[in-house]
Amino acid sequence: MDWVGALQSGNRLAIARLLTQVENDTPQGRAALDEIFPHTGKAHLVGVTGAPGVGKSSLVTQIAWACRHPADGKAPRTVAIIAVDPTSPFSGGAILGDRVRMRDLSGDEGVFIRSMATRGALGGIARATVEAVQVLDAAGFDMILVETVGAGQSEVEIASLTQTTIVVEAPGLGDDIQAIKAGILEIADILVVNKADLPGADQTVLALRAMLNLGGSPAGELHHGFPTEPETPARHAETDVGWEVPVMRCIAIKREGAAELLRMVDAHYQYLRQSGELRQREWGRILLAFDRLVQQTLVERWRKSATPERIENVMQKLYRRELSPYQALDILVPETTPRLEVEERQQQR
Amino acid sequence: MERKIRILIAKPGLDGHDRGAKVVARALRDAGMEVIYTGLRQTPEMVAEAALQEDVDAVGLSILSGAHMVLVPRIIELLRANGQDKVIVFVGGIIPERDIPELKSMGVSCVYGPGTSTVRVIEDIRGMIDARIQLERE
Ligand SMILES: Nc1nc2c(ncn2[C@@H]2O[C@H](COP(=O)(O)OP(=O)(O)O)[C@@H](O)[C@H]2O)c(=O)[nH]1
Ligand SMILES: [Mg+2]
Repeated sequence: MDWVGALQSGNRLAIARLLTQVENDTPQGRAALDEIFPHTGKAHLVGVTGAPGVGKSSLVTQIAWACRHPADGKAPRTVAIIAVDPTSPFSGGAILGDRVRMRDLSGDEGVFIRSMATRGALGGIARATVEAVQVLDAAGFDMILVETVGAGQSEVEIASLTQTTIVVEAPGLGDDIQAIKAGILEIADILVVNKADLPGADQTVLALRAMLNLGGSPAGELHHGFPTEPETPARHAETDVGWEVPVMRCIAIKREGAAELLRMVDAHYQYLRQSGELRQREWGRILLAFDRLVQQTLVERWRKSATPERIENVMQKLYRRELSPYQALDILVPETTPRLEVEERQQQR
Repeated sequence: MERKIRILIAKPGLDGHDRGAKVVARALRDAGMEVIYTGLRQTPEMVAEAALQEDVDAVGLSILSGAHMVLVPRIIELLRANGQDKVIVFVGGIIPERDIPELKSMGVSCVYGPGTSTVRVIEDIRGMIDARIQLERE
């Protein structure tokens, strides 16, 4: 099957089916990824993360809506959304409810929404999401928005696979802010205080700005509640100050602040490109994703190579102190000759 | 990664009660399935669009408004137009006995009245999807 042709002609059934193949990690999915990979790398990848209920889905919807209805007479951009929700550790099932907030986008051929469950375990979310992004990228979407629930590690994961990371907060979190601080400061390119219609929004903005140590920096100035002009990337280049994380307010349910947020997202992308950071991040992204793939593959291969009985047997010996952990390791994971050497030797013969 | 059963639970039409739909959604999740829930008052177009983008194995429609004889055929028509003719469709809600044969002739696999046990719904869906996967393999 000509996946590239199918994706690029906007065949939505083909996009949907390939996403399933990729998520299930089927041989067909892998073969298709080989085929489409040269056609990826064009979309702007935007991650949106934050605690449950802060309004991520509503905000993602409004960013997409702003892309589709540009106020400034520019051409509308096409948008794909991947909304990730946790898999229940008990049943392996999931309820994926983000579409409930995305009604505004229904009936728009320029938008494609896909819900994904984390499906637990080692790198699962990372691998499947990276690959789903590749499918949508090859399908030609201008912007790909990835919504993930921010809970410790997954926040960092999302940041490692997207180019611009938006961290969403809501007023009234108060003390909780301290708890999430560490993760946020590391990964946020843009901070959003959503639900700015609720009391306490000012304090939340102030608290976040204090945490970011913005002081009187221009990017942090708020004018009537919304940042004035997005900082121009040229300014960054001239003064070499890097990107200063802005704190923005939005009211997603009233579509307020979304156009401004989109402008900031665009400004960040431009900054990444002009400063050379985009290439740097892409390099890091590719190394990290490949590293995860190697880990996952090796573990899977190992699991296939050792029977459960054999593992059980060795574990019993470990339990009885007849073997030390390293001795058990030598038995269950013997050092193998790397394939390269084998091939070299074969060639020499 | 194992293949997961993906199901869209949708509430087309104008009635505003989604308790039943949510109960079924939770039961399916607890049975290990991935349930895409889209909320109240979906048009047939919205249902078909979600089914397509999410590439679901089955679509469950909860209809209490009495408009099933209008909504169901329209949704099935749209699913087919999108190339999703193998998607299993089941309907829950207040459906008079006399309408069931016609719904089935349109392509609805199962119809569930109020008070149907979720265990039965899960068994039916599993059975139908397993049979379909078996067919695909052969
Ligand atoms: N008051 C208020 N409520 C909002 C706003 N944005 C979203 N919500 C509500 O917050 C709840 C959670 O929103 P959702 O987008 O699903 O949050 P998520 O879990 O972070 O994806 C919903 O009831 C929304 O209607 C807002 O700007 N103001
Ligand atoms: Mg959400």
